[in-house]
Amino acid sequence: MTWEPVIGLEIHVHLKTRTKMFCRCPVAYFEPPNTQTCPVCLALPGSLPVPNRKAVEWTVLLGLALGCEIAAHAVFHRKNYFYPDNAKGYQISQYDEPLCVNGSVPVPGPDGDIEVGIVRAHLEEDAAKTVHVGGAEGRIHGAESSLVDFNRAGTPLVEIVTAPDLRSSEDAKRFLQLLRQTVVELGISDAEMEKGSLRFDVNVSVREAGERGFRTRTELKNMNSFNFAAKGIEREIRRQIEIYESGGEVEQETLHFDPGNESAPPLRSKEEAQDYRYFPEPDLVPLEPERELVERLKGELPESPITRLERLLKDRGLEIRDAEALNANPLAVKLFEAIHAGGIPAAETASFLLNNVMPQFEDLSPIVPNANEIVKVLREREHLTRGAFDEAVAASATSGYAALQFTERVAIADVSELDPVIDRILSENEQQVEAYRGGKEGLLGFFVGQVMKETGGKANPQVVNERLREKLEA
Amino acid sequence: MIDTLRLTAEEAAGLLERGEVSPAELHRAYLDAAAERNEELNVYLCTVDDGADGASGVPVAFKDIISTEGIETTAGSRILAGYRPVFDATVATRCKDAGLPLLGKTNMDEFAMGSSTENSAYGPTRNPWDPTRVPGGSSGGSTAAVAAGLAPWALGSDTGGSIKQPAALCGVVGLRPTYGTVSRYGIVAFASSLDQVGPIAKTVRDCARLHQVIAGRDPCDSTTVELPEPVELPEAEDLKGLRIGVPKELNEAEGIEAGVAEQVARALDLARDLGAEIGECSLPRSVEFGLPCYYLIAPSEASSNLARYDGVRYGLRSTPDGDVRAMYDRTRHDGFGDEPKRRIMLGTYALSAGYYEAFYGQAQKVRTVIRDEHAAAFEQFDVLASPTSPTVAFELGARTANPLAMYAADLLTIPSNLAGLPGLSIPCGLSEGLPVGLQLIGRQFSENLLFRAGHALERALAFDFVPERLR
Repeated sequence: MTWEPVIGLEIHVHLKTRTKMFCRCPVAYFEPPNTQTCPVCLALPGSLPVPNRKAVEWTVLLGLALGCEIAAHAVFHRKNYFYPDNAKGYQISQYDEPLCVNGSVPVPGPDGDIEVGIVRAHLEEDAAKTVHVGGAEGRIHGAESSLVDFNRAGTPLVEIVTAPDLRSSEDAKRFLQLLRQTVVELGISDAEMEKGSLRFDVNVSVREAGERGFRTRTELKNMNSFNFAAKGIEREIRRQIEIYESGGEVEQETLHFDPGNESAPPLRSKEEAQDYRYFPEPDLVPLEPERELVERLKGELPESPITRLERLLKDRGLEIRDAEALNANPLAVKLFEAIHAGGIPAAETASFLLNNVMPQFEDLSPIVPNANEIVKVLREREHLTRGAFDEAVAASATSGYAALQFTERVAIADVSELDPVIDRILSENEQQVEAYRGGKEGLLGFFVGQVMKETGGKANPQVVNERLREKLEA
Repeated sequence: MIDTLRLTAEEAAGLLERGEVSPAELHRAYLDAAAERNEELNVYLCTVDDGADGASGVPVAFKDIISTEGIETTAGSRILAGYRPVFDATVATRCKDAGLPLLGKTNMDEFAMGSSTENSAYGPTRNPWDPTRVPGGSSGGSTAAVAAGLAPWALGSDTGGSIKQPAALCGVVGLRPTYGTVSRYGIVAFASSLDQVGPIAKTVRDCARLHQVIAGRDPCDSTTVELPEPVELPEAEDLKGLRIGVPKELNEAEGIEAGVAEQVARALDLARDLGAEIGECSLPRSVEFGLPCYYLIAPSEASSNLARYDGVRYGLRSTPDGDVRAMYDRTRHDGFGDEPKRRIMLGTYALSAGYYEAFYGQAQKVRTVIRDEHAAAFEQFDVLASPTSPTVAFELGARTANPLAMYAADLLTIPSNLAGLPGLSIPCGLSEGLPVGLQLIGRQFSENLLFRAGHALERALAFDFVPERLR
C-alpha cells in the first residue's frame, strides 16, 4: 500500500520592531528578567493596549510577500485562558478577521513546484517566558516553583498558517527555509530559532494514495531546527503508517519534542478541547489598512526568495542544490545574474560563485560593481595561470578592480616551450613513468605538479595535461 | 468658615482666585468635613492629607476605580486590597495638571458592579439624604461625597448607569460622557465597551468645568477621539428652539414610581415654559431588550477583564496547598465578592463555544438595533428626557437578596449607554423627601447642548442640593 503524508505548518515569527506590540517597552532578548516591562505588558489594572503601527505595516508586507489578500477590515480578538505567562488572562490575537488571508507560495522542488496555500497570517502578542523549577520535564504541573519573565510578554508575533499542502518532510523543510529567508530579507524579523524569534508546529497525518479527505492528525511541537523537524516528521509519518498497517487508529494528540535531546521520544499530551472564548477586543478599534498604504508597501516589496528561486531553476536551468545555495544570499543571485548576463553559462557562473567566490567572501556587496570585469576574467580563465586566476578572484572585492592586470598573465600554452620541460621531467622520474604505464594513472597529477613547479605555475594546465598523457601513453 | 455643603466648585474657584482661601485651606475644609461625616456615610475609602501640596485648584475626589500613583486603588474589591498603582490614570494626570488636589478615593460597588454601593468589600455607603438608604451605585461614594459636602466635585465611572443613577439618588448632577471622549487609561476595567469616566458635581456648570479638565483624546486609549468642539460652560437661561423628545417606553416603564414620574413631568412643563418644544417619541426595542442585552455584554467583557486578578503580580494572593491552579482558584474565591463571581460566571457562559452566537453575538446585534433606534429619535429631537432612576433611593438591604431587582435600577440608563450616547442627570425635585433625577440624553458629542439644557432647567427648577437633614 502506498501512503501519502499530509503536512501543514503553523509558524510564529517575532517582528523585530523597536517596541512591543501594544506598549512602548523595547523588544529585547537578553536583558535581566522583568526589566523590559510596563503597566501594559504586566497587565496592571486599567492599562490599555495601543497597537504598534510598524508591526501592522510589516504584517501587511509579509502578507503581500506570501501572496495574501490584505483585509480591508481586520479585528483583534481576545483569546482567553489562564496561565502564568499570560498576564491579562487573555492574549490579544486575531480570530475570524485576520489581517492577511488566502495566500499562496510556490515551493520549487526536484519534482516541480508545489503550491502551498497560506490560510492566514495574523498579528498577535507573545506571552511571557516561564521557567519551572523541580518537577518533571520542566512543566508547570508538579513543579516546586515557577518563575515568570515578562520581558518577552507583548513581543509582536505573526502567526502564519499553511494549508495541509505539503507532502514530505523535504517539502516542509524547503518551505520553512524559504519563509525564513523571506522574513529576513524583508527586514522584519531575525527569525532565529535559537533566540525563539522563529518557532513552528507541524501537523502531520497520512492517507492512502488517492484517498480524499484527511485522517486524524497529530501536532508536533517544540522543534528547534529545520533538520530536527524533518527528522521528527519522518519519524511521525512512519509511526502513523505502522499504526494503520497493523490495523490501528491514530489518536489526535500533541507531541512535545525535547529540544535539548534530539533522540528522546516526544512527550505526549491529549489534545484538550480548550475553549478560548474568543470575542472582539473592546479596547481596540478594528484595523483598516488604507489602500494607499497597501499599494505603497506592494511597490516597496523586494523580489522574494521564492520567485528568485523559481527563476534560477526554470529560466536559468540550475540544479536545485546550486540554486538553493545561491538563493540563500540575495547578493549572490544578483552577482550570478550580472555575470551570466555577460555571457558566462549559468552552470559555470554558479560553480564559480559557489566554489571560488563565496567560500572567500562573506560580504558580496563590493564585488557586485565588478561583475563586468569578472566576466572578462572568466572568459580568459582557461588561458590564465592558476595563480593569476586565484589572485583575480581574491582581488575581486577591491574598488577599481580591472581584469586586465590578471588576464595579461596568460599561461604558457605553447607546446614548443612546454615540451622540453615535460621531457626532462619524464626522464628524471623513470620509476614513476613505469608505474603510470603499469596502470597507476593517478600519477598524472604528480607529473602535472612537477611541470607547474618547474614553470613557476605559468603553464596552462589543460595543455600540460594533454601533452603528458600523449607522451606517457605513446 | 467654608460651608462645604453649599459651596459650589465655581464659587470655590472664585475664593481661590480672590485669594480669600488657599488651596490647602480649601482642601483641609473638605477633609475636616469628611472627618466629621465619613464615619456615618462611609464615603471615603482613604483620604489624602497632603493632597494639596503644590496644587492651585479646587480639590476633587476620585472613585476608587481610578488608578492613583502610590495611593491604594481597590475598585471596592478585597482582591485589590493594598494595591498601590505605579502610574496615574490619564484622568488623574489631567486633574493634577489642572492643579486639582486629590481629597481621597471614594467607595463603590466592587468593580463597579452594582447600583447601590452595597457590593463594596469595604462596607456600604449611605445616602446623605437618609442614611438608612443607599446612595445608588456604583459611584455612590462619589455622589454621596458631593451631596454631603465632603467634596466639591468628584469623578465617577459609568458602565450601565453608575454615574447617572447615584447622582439622581443623591440629588447631584452627573454626566456620563459620549463613549470615547474620556480616557479609560488607568481605570480598572469592568466592561470596556461601556465604561466611561465622568464628572459629578452640585451644578451643571461645575460638571462642565470638570468635564473640560478630563475630556479629549488620549494616545494611551485607542478608543478615544478628539472632541469635535471644546467643552463650553453653559450660560443661556432659556430653551428656545430646543426639541425635547419624551420616549414613551422610558417614561412609562413598569416600576417607575408615581412621585418620580410627577417630578419629571413638572420639569418638562418648566422646560416648555422656557421655550422648548416637547414631543413624544418611541424607543420600543431599546427599553425592552436593553437590560438583557447589557447583562450579556457587560458580564462577558467583565469575565475577561477580571481574569488578570490571579494573585501572581499584585493584590491578594491566597496560598493553599497544591499547584498554580489551586492558587488561582483560592485567590479568586477569597478575593471576589458574590456579584463579580456571578458576572464572571454569566460572562464565561455567554462567551463559551456553542453559546456565543446565541448570547454575546446576538446581544451585539441588539446593540446595533438600539443604536439605530436612538439615531432615528434624534432625527426629530435634540434631547431625549426621562427619569434617571425608576425609584428614589431605596433602603439598605432592600434589594441585596434579589439581583434582578437590583439590575432593574439601571433600566432607564442602560439603553443610551449601549448606544454610546452622553447622558446628564440633574436633580428635578423631591419625592417622599428624596431626590428625583431627570435624565437628558443627547446625540454623540452633544455634551455642550446637554449642559445648556441642564443649566437652564437647573436655574428654573431651583433645586436645593443640600440634603434637608443637613441644612
